[in-house]
Amino acid sequence: MNTATTSTSKAPAKPGGDGLRFYGVWLIGIAALIVLPMIFSSGGSLTSFSLIGIAIVFALSYNILLGQTGLLSFGHAVHYGLGGFAACHMMNAVVSHGWPIPLPFIPLFGGLGGLVFAMIIGWVMTKRAGTVFAMISLGIGELVASSSLILRSVFGGEAGITTDRTALPKMLGWSFGPQLQVYYLIAFWLVLSAIAMYALTRTPLGRISNAVRDNPERVQFIGYDPHVVRYLAFCFAGFFAGVAGGLTAINFEIANSALLGAIQSGLVLFSTFIGGTAFFFGPILGAILVTYLQLGLTNLTTAWQLYFGIIFIGIVMYAPGGIAGLLMMHRPLIRAGTLWTVIPSYLVAIVPTVALACGVILTIETVARYSGGEAINLFGIGFKPQSPVTWVVAAVLVVGGAFVARLTWLRIADAWDRASTVARDRGYLA
Amino acid sequence: MLELIVISTLNGVLFGMLLFLLSSGLTVIFSMMGVLNFAHASFYMLGAFFGFQLTKWIGFWPALVLAPLLVGAIGMAVERYGLRNTHKHGHVAELLLTFGLAFAIEEIVSMIWGKSPLDYRVPALLDFPAFTIFSTNYPAYKLFMLAVSVVIFVALLIVLKRTRVGLIVQAALTHPHMVGHLGHNVGRVFMAVFGVGSALAGLAGVIAGPALVTQSDMAASLGPILFVVIVFGGLGSLPGAFIASLVIGLVQTFAVALDGSLASAFGPLDPSAGPSVLTDVWNVTIAQVAPIIPYMLLVLILIVRPLGLMGTRES
Repeated sequence: MNTATTSTSKAPAKPGGDGLRFYGVWLIGIAALIVLPMIFSSGGSLTSFSLIGIAIVFALSYNILLGQTGLLSFGHAVHYGLGGFAACHMMNAVVSHGWPIPLPFIPLFGGLGGLVFAMIIGWVMTKRAGTVFAMISLGIGELVASSSLILRSVFGGEAGITTDRTALPKMLGWSFGPQLQVYYLIAFWLVLSAIAMYALTRTPLGRISNAVRDNPERVQFIGYDPHVVRYLAFCFAGFFAGVAGGLTAINFEIANSALLGAIQSGLVLFSTFIGGTAFFFGPILGAILVTYLQLGLTNLTTAWQLYFGIIFIGIVMYAPGGIAGLLMMHRPLIRAGTLWTVIPSYLVAIVPTVALACGVILTIETVARYSGGEAINLFGIGFKPQSPVTWVVAAVLVVGGAFVARLTWLRIADAWDRASTVARDRGYLA
Repeated sequence: MLELIVISTLNGVLFGMLLFLLSSGLTVIFSMMGVLNFAHASFYMLGAFFGFQLTKWIGFWPALVLAPLLVGAIGMAVERYGLRNTHKHGHVAELLLTFGLAFAIEEIVSMIWGKSPLDYRVPALLDFPAFTIFSTNYPAYKLFMLAVSVVIFVALLIVLKRTRVGLIVQAALTHPHMVGHLGHNVGRVFMAVFGVGSALAGLAGVIAGPALVTQSDMAASLGPILFVVIVFGGLGSLPGAFIASLVIGLVQTFAVALDGSLASAFGPLDPSAGPSVLTDVWNVTIAQVAPIIPYMLLVLILIVRPLGLMGTRES
């Protein structure tokens, strides 16, 4: 298969200053999670933060497969959904049996749900990597999603399984009724899972997973079985996806077959890949962006999924490292102090690129609203989908924007080449 | 019972041949380029929608020719401007590109034609019962579908086995570099094969549209079954794809027609036990299980023979 060009490895021996910076990043992240709801305290933003937190755990778990081990899965939501169902059943069992298990421990059972299924199905699935694994994961995803509608007693049919998170035993006086408390529960599990998953990438297993991704044949030569490594990575990914599913079950107090479906699997793939699979923080960025767009765009346009598709295709074709990859490209330039030579060409490129984007948006919205006749509001300017003026504006923006933007992009490439040559001379770029 | 067997066999072979129209293109594209085209079922859907629209404008028969050509042209454009540029990032990137495309095509189709099923009618010329067996009228259109798929199948076989073009394509399947060294433009061969594969999918869409449902989710519902077919048959094996298409077509058609369940075979369970997984499994009819049977076959073949029925290549 392909050999990944990127690697997550850093230099093993770190000087003391780097260690401080490393822990600093994590501490700043944790502090931000604690402070965020105090700044944006409205109900809507709390809900968004909760969803984003869950999406981050889910995307990070997906990256164990895609980024770390090189397994492209089209059915990762299976573990997420099964984790959700496991958590729901566990919560109901705790309430009905009066077990002394408070709510914060429930995601663990969600994780176990995901893990158990991964352990059962994973051995067969991970026999093959690459395209075959992708197809099998798709088939298994469909199998579980369809079966969930047949096994009504477990999955509750179309309606799903409901639960009541406040009925569980209290912990530290928290009832977890208000969204704020649920947010902090999600944030707690987010930090815990993120640390655990980061630690996993530092273990020998994490390292050998990278090796399996890059060159399975050589891994066999040094005495490891790639199948076993893939299986273990698959189980870990299943566990953390289950944790995310458990958090979802707590957040919504319901688990239904939509959690298991192809749409969820597609969304997590989008988040992870758009964010960037080569760096640990990539899926975090992707999950934040995709969830935010999903929440924001659904109110604005009916074609929001098409925008996801277009962004995704653009990333796959032009920036396969994702957003994280794009950001990290600049690091050697910053270190070499040559970034300022690139910035002017960036600024020049902004105008035609934005024009092109507006043209594409206008075209899509015109087509989407043509039959309905609903007016398009693009940055405060109203357009009527039936009027030829709109079509001409859209065509001019797309064609003109694309033409000029191409020139400015070539300019960026030129400036970039010069800046990186200088950076290479100064020894900051391999 | 005999009636059910005859009708289901006919329908099953028909569905199987339709699947083969799709899976043959997918398999040839996969063996040549190593790209599993996730958007293949979307080309099928585009065929159905183009067929519907062109039928409205210029009639069914011109649409039968034009719609597949249009879809083939789109396929060629995708290969030339999308896949060829993504190739340097590896097969996973190519698969992801076609995944994004499938997603975008579904959205575009539902944006233009809406999400509800279209009124794509069987052409008047073929709208009569061909024959009656055991009081069931078998529609002529279905026989027409069968005829078209058999003709395409035979044509494909002749082109691949008996012509020079077929020889080059076959050689490029296994030894693309050698074919390139011998002076053939492998890039163009790839583009042409991608175009033909997409056009076949489009043709399948045009003829299946009136018989099955023409709706914006038809790609999403058929796509996974298609991938089961080619994994089941063995990736990259045309005979495997043919056998798997027929097997899955027949199995699914028969399953839908059968109404039996474990409860009807062995009697109902003791009702006092209450609802459980066992009662769910006991009471579900074969018809209800039909959608998951292909995936169960997939898991089964992976356990028994991980390379698929006729597969020889690792990946």
